[in-house]
Amino acid sequence: MKFAILVNEGPYTHQASDSAYHFTEAALRAGHAVVRVFFYHDGVNNGTRLSVPPQDDRNISERWSALAEQYDVELILCVAAAQRRGLLDEDEAKRAGKDGNNMAPGFQISGLGQLIDAGIQADRLIVFGD
Amino acid sequence: MASKKFLYINRKAPHGSIYAQESLEVVLIGAAFEQNVTLAFIDDGVYQLLQNQDTSGIGTKNFAPTFRALGDYDVSQIYVERESLELRGLSKDDLIPLTYEDEDDDWAEKDSIHVVSSLELADIIEQQDVILNF
Repeated sequence: MKFAILVNEGPYTHQASDSAYHFTEAALRAGHAVVRVFFYHDGVNNGTRLSVPPQDDRNISERWSALAEQYDVELILCVAAAQRRGLLDEDEAKRAGKDGNNMAPGFQISGLGQLIDAGIQADRLIVFGD
Repeated sequence: MASKKFLYINRKAPHGSIYAQESLEVVLIGAAFEQNVTLAFIDDGVYQLLQNQDTSGIGTKNFAPTFRALGDYDVSQIYVERESLELRGLSKDDLIPLTYEDEDDDWAEKDSIHVVSSLELADIIEQQDVILNF
């Protein structure tokens, strides 16, 4: 089965991001393909490398980064949603004249077309939201 | 590649959170992909189509006029759940009139909005390939 994943909520406030992670990890471990994980709305906040959760808690963005590295899965942040919320990679920060960037490893910024394309390519698009 | 049937389900009020506005952004971008697109409005989502919205008091963007552009993007299948309207004391007359020009009928202007029961909506959902919930 080819899955596409849409994550509509940020880390820690809602369970949606955790559920999306567990689903994606389980699907990959079971040998399914995940064509793309697309982060939208506050979901883009999963892509910051600057979050510092307490040591006895999970680190949500590091967990996504590790998954991307292990399975070579695409993690895409919507550019418009990311810019609104201050999620910037090096290029975007430079373009917008900002003094820093905060993108975690394995995440990339791209357009909403990647979400539609994921829906077209996948057998199932699974939406994780509130 | 054969086109797929995309359904966008809008469940939330237009203001108070950004879901409605960002959902509309996906619909407009997605329209360029030449897929079969349907929109559904249920629960507080029906408020998104209310006429005469005015956000000046809360200082947020009033994106409701953008719905009028949907016809130009070939998005002409818009379903509003009757039960959600009735529970909120609304009827189709309270909604922004959305139309499209039917190319198969000499470009006649037609209504895009259809008020349907939750059972009819269930059938519509059943027919889709890709469902995005906002």
